[in-house]
Amino acid sequence: MRINCPNCGERDRREFYYQGDALALTRPAPDAGPLAWNDYLHNRDNPAGDTKDLWFHEGGCGAWIVVERNTVTHAVHGTTLAHKVKR
Amino acid sequence: MGYSGFQVIKEGLFGQKGWKPVWRDPEPKAEYDAVIIGGGGHGLSTAYYLAKEHGLTNIAVLEKGYIGGGNVGRNTTIVRANYFLPGNSEFYSHSLKLWEGMEQDLNYNVMHSQRGLINLFHSDGQRDAFARRGNAMINQGDDAILLDTEGVRKHLPYLDFDNVRFPIYGGLYHPRGGTARHDAVAWGYARGADQRGVDIIQNCEVTGIDIEGGVVKGVQTTRGAIKAGKVGIVVAGRSGQVAAMAGMRLPIESHILQAFVTEGLKPVINHVVSFGMGHFYISQSDKGGLVFGGDLDFYSSYAARGNLPMKEHVMDAAMTLMPMIGKARVLRSWGGIMDMTPDGSPIIDKTPTEGLFIDCGWCYGGFKAVPGSGFSFAHLMATGNHHEPAAKFRLDRFRDGVGLMDEEGTGSQHNLH
Repeated sequence: MRINCPNCGERDRREFYYQGDALALTRPAPDAGPLAWNDYLHNRDNPAGDTKDLWFHEGGCGAWIVVERNTVTHAVHGTTLAHKVKR
Repeated sequence: MGYSGFQVIKEGLFGQKGWKPVWRDPEPKAEYDAVIIGGGGHGLSTAYYLAKEHGLTNIAVLEKGYIGGGNVGRNTTIVRANYFLPGNSEFYSHSLKLWEGMEQDLNYNVMHSQRGLINLFHSDGQRDAFARRGNAMINQGDDAILLDTEGVRKHLPYLDFDNVRFPIYGGLYHPRGGTARHDAVAWGYARGADQRGVDIIQNCEVTGIDIEGGVVKGVQTTRGAIKAGKVGIVVAGRSGQVAAMAGMRLPIESHILQAFVTEGLKPVINHVVSFGMGHFYISQSDKGGLVFGGDLDFYSSYAARGNLPMKEHVMDAAMTLMPMIGKARVLRSWGGIMDMTPDGSPIIDKTPTEGLFIDCGWCYGGFKAVPGSGFSFAHLMATGNHHEPAAKFRLDRFRDGVGLMDEEGTGSQHNLH
């Protein structure tokens, strides 16, 4: 599997650290309550198919990247810098 | 059908034409007392113990593929009870006791071989940690022996003891650990459940779960609707998809764990050997193949196959631990889809829907749990009460943070297990 870093171009998967579902970017408000925080920290849609997750280019430019990929085929469809997704 | 040496010889002489199927292939009925979604090892053992321990025989196991075609046929067949934390410790201890009586109970040869498991350590600190784990195992009533370097050498003379990076200081020996023939476990439970009247329905995929007013009423399948007062979801590897049919999101992310087998060799590895520092473990099957594996690929996947970097890492670890393995040739590799929970421990619990139960999150340890999981899940489904050895496998432990079982001590977070 190769991932296209928006800064560095296509790189080996081993340069990247996998953080998990990109819902990590939609952090609840501090006072949102335990159910919202449980949902954010633990519960997952965990799709068999297209997903968006968050990777860190630790062996490269150090950018956080939202990767759109397919969990069944391992195809990578697109990548965006996380700070652009989060506004 | 009974099995005997005489019958094996007779069938050998007459072209093996006399063997009969050992479970029926029934049409699904319109209604059952209970339905088990998932005909893997855990689903079949659940059905078996529901019938045997609780007298529930008007039940069906619904399997979307065929018996033995899922994760029960895609593992490395290791059976052990060397857990440390309360919750896991009593559960796997109970499960191992069920393993030890399984062949007599099922009257079926599952080739359970208690050849002993050795966890290696490579530093003084690791020795202390394993001594502590061994004490926890002994306190639980199981067996553990702390070996020094020479003690390990007597069992495993072929290891590279003086490796520069990971010299072998000793190992924690668990003599009751071992392996079993994974397909036979599925077949044995399927046969036992069928003999007690359970309908095992293959090629029957559940497409929906019927819920009215917060109470489960049955399931929709590719072979029609089936009513049931109780429904159990036992589909590790696909838990998220089936739970979504009941409107649930689970604390689970699916990951790939790879395994490998070499061509058949003469007996060379007589134990299960675990090399934690290289995330590597190995045993030899009765057919002669060396069966070994490594750690997760560490990104969510349903591909049932892994990527090359982890293959390379596993081969590196194998060569580091036992250079002789370089002469063996890898025959094939595969990936199993793991239900990974944030703390790396499983879930056996009720759901918010009345009559709907779930058994999932087996992470990388589902095979050894097959009898214990089925026994405890059957107890929960039949009585409505948690079975004591599995009482800590709560679904809501992540929400309140109480009773997390992070066996590796890495943190209770999705990408760490």
